[in-house]
Amino acid sequence: MSEAVKIDGAHGHDDHHHHEPTFLEKWIFPLDHKFIGMQYLFTGMFMALFGGFFVYAFRMQLAFPGMSVPGYGTVSPAEYNMLITNHGSVMIFWVAMPVLIAAFGNFLIPLMIGADDMVFPKLNRLSFQLFLTSVLILMASWFVEGGGFGGAWTSYPPLSADSNYSMTPLGSSLWLTAVAVEFAAFLVGGINFITTAMNSRAPGMKAQDVPMTVWMICLASILFMASVGPLIAGAIMLFFDQMVGTGFFDPRRGGDPILWQHLFWFFGHPEVYVVLLPACGFVADVITVFARKKLFGYQTILYTAIGTGSLSFFVWAHHQFIAGIDPRMANIFTVTTVLISIPIAEMMFLFIATLYGGSIRFTVPMLWALAFIAEFLIGGVTGIYLGASGMDIYFHDTYFVIAHFHYTFFPIAFIGTFTALTFWFPKMFGRMMNETLGKVHFWGTVIPLNTIFIPLFFLGAAGQHRRIYNYNHFPDLSTPDLQNLRIMATMSLLVLLAFQAVFLFNFFYSMIAGEKASANPWKSNTLEWTTSSPPPHGNWHPDDMPKVYRGPYEYSVPGREDDYWPQNEPA
Amino acid sequence: MLQNLLPQASSFAADIDLLWVVLSVIIWFWFACAQGMFFWLLWRYRYQEGVPAQYITGNEKHLKRWITVPHALIILCDLVVIAGAMSVWYNVKQNLPEPDLTVRVVAQQWAWSFIHPGPDGEIDTDDDIKTVDDLNLVEGKTYHFKLESRDVLHSFSIPVFRLKQDAIPGREITGWFTPIKTGTYDIQCAEMCGIGHGIMAAHVVIRTEADHEAWLATGGN
Repeated sequence: MSEAVKIDGAHGHDDHHHHEPTFLEKWIFPLDHKFIGMQYLFTGMFMALFGGFFVYAFRMQLAFPGMSVPGYGTVSPAEYNMLITNHGSVMIFWVAMPVLIAAFGNFLIPLMIGADDMVFPKLNRLSFQLFLTSVLILMASWFVEGGGFGGAWTSYPPLSADSNYSMTPLGSSLWLTAVAVEFAAFLVGGINFITTAMNSRAPGMKAQDVPMTVWMICLASILFMASVGPLIAGAIMLFFDQMVGTGFFDPRRGGDPILWQHLFWFFGHPEVYVVLLPACGFVADVITVFARKKLFGYQTILYTAIGTGSLSFFVWAHHQFIAGIDPRMANIFTVTTVLISIPIAEMMFLFIATLYGGSIRFTVPMLWALAFIAEFLIGGVTGIYLGASGMDIYFHDTYFVIAHFHYTFFPIAFIGTFTALTFWFPKMFGRMMNETLGKVHFWGTVIPLNTIFIPLFFLGAAGQHRRIYNYNHFPDLSTPDLQNLRIMATMSLLVLLAFQAVFLFNFFYSMIAGEKASANPWKSNTLEWTTSSPPPHGNWHPDDMPKVYRGPYEYSVPGREDDYWPQNEPA
Repeated sequence: MLQNLLPQASSFAADIDLLWVVLSVIIWFWFACAQGMFFWLLWRYRYQEGVPAQYITGNEKHLKRWITVPHALIILCDLVVIAGAMSVWYNVKQNLPEPDLTVRVVAQQWAWSFIHPGPDGEIDTDDDIKTVDDLNLVEGKTYHFKLESRDVLHSFSIPVFRLKQDAIPGREITGWFTPIKTGTYDIQCAEMCGIGHGIMAAHVVIRTEADHEAWLATGGN
């Protein structure tokens, strides 16, 4: 498969070469993968504002129970549930997924493999349109009568299945519909990514010449496709339970509420790796560039990613240890869960080993990539407490879990995104971001990140459960010490949110007035840097499509004057 | 140490806290090694004028050892983690000892009902004492609890016992505990159960046998 295979008729570029795309064609209904990527990026960033606002409102309530939150008002118990539910849903499904996979997958895959576009540009456009529909449905769910869905992002029935219990008849159904439509969007997009990476690689690009980012996004898409089916089926069953009166999950009518948990987590755990792997890909690409080093053990990293992804299908019930499943099952799932530490630890070790013998430049993208490794390690190791069934009896559904998975998801969704965004910004917008502002934003994000979540580990260890809007109802949890930890977390959150303004300013200001970027400002090897910044429609001149002569990580090769060796440069 | 954050009020709380110590030693040892190596490499191989990066493929035997040896050691540590987790799990969740007494715990939106055996010591008889949001136990007695839910999922959690079990409508789930410390402690609902989830608080009162007799004599008031 080293030769590029073109699928005729799927491109539609020929039409476009005849006339300049109109505003509508370019920005509203684009077929160009770069603009579809941008649509996903900006929609994801827009949704992050909501995710951030929700967490601001409910963290203020936790730190100062009953206060009128500036910009929000008093948080009622029903609103509190709606805020936490939608914070989780938005951040995972409408921020991490669209940005990490869809935005960067769309923008980077054709550029990194030397293709002029995706193989199915119209499917690609459809994917975004479905996604946008899901955004609108979700946002509608916040404003309907009864309020938004508040049954937690896991949406366990019978609570989610029966509006007599949830008291959000429209909110639950709209939330569920939005999630299902969003999955359809990513299925369509994922098919495109995999097909493109398999068929449209530049001549000479063998499997091991493919940059890690492309590999990881494709593996993530495969994981997603293989895991999402049961959940879509489950979502339809749950929708029927809500709207038609079936009883798939209703024990009064012979259904089983635990069935939903199996369907949900069979998807839900691989989903963690669906968003993790692309972030790992960005990190691999960025650390090699700024350490001027070949990736340590390219093949092994690939195997660890495949191993982690495969194992992730066999760990789902660790979310259900105490859910009422047969207690003997916990033993099996403890073994698989603890085993997953092996490939993922090895991948992190290999990233760290890549730094050995390097010449490390602490640019902004490199700082983010390094922070990903340092912070994700905390999330990774604390997962072992929770995977150990005996320990999970106590820690399940406490703030220890919250702190643990935010130490995985924050590095993935935000540190991973900032890694990619600051690194590929010159290629996306043709200008450089400001380094000083970038560093201010970096430290203003990473320091409060730790002061938010370290207190939450202690709160969880002290027995504080999740999803409770006011701990004053629990005498053991209303001590001043514990309340101070809650206030510390909330204050740190305010600092973190405030520093995002620095990023937004830097992002938009640099887009308009940043220093012009050259084609290859970081002296990187991969193909996207061989075309202009930003790349033209079709990515390269049709007569000048790149050919590939070597792997993506040939940095500091002895005997060469330059410390990099672009993939397309003939030997 | 977890017992500094909250008391150990059940017979197996100390086992879970010990497991926490074992896991912590393993976890934070590896964490310190990985982060230590990471930051040392960052400092040692920072950009220096005139010092080029080395060309290393990752296939060098003397370097691969730095991956394969920790890899093997982690597998060994994983075995310890698995053995510890399973033995605690087996004692708390799988192997139920013979009970002295049995209580029923019924969860509903948004309250806990507890049915205690009356003076006859038997459950489901006429002298049962039913309370709401108030579980009364005798120090040193081994209990079975029979957990049910009337509507949605709830989770019966007593942090000082280090115990948690989801309640599922349509099922009766049996578990056990032996309280070992008198006092009054929180019971929380640990599974999202709707608008009142945050106020679904109850407490457990653990008394000495004599005090419990006195409580029984009042008929549970």
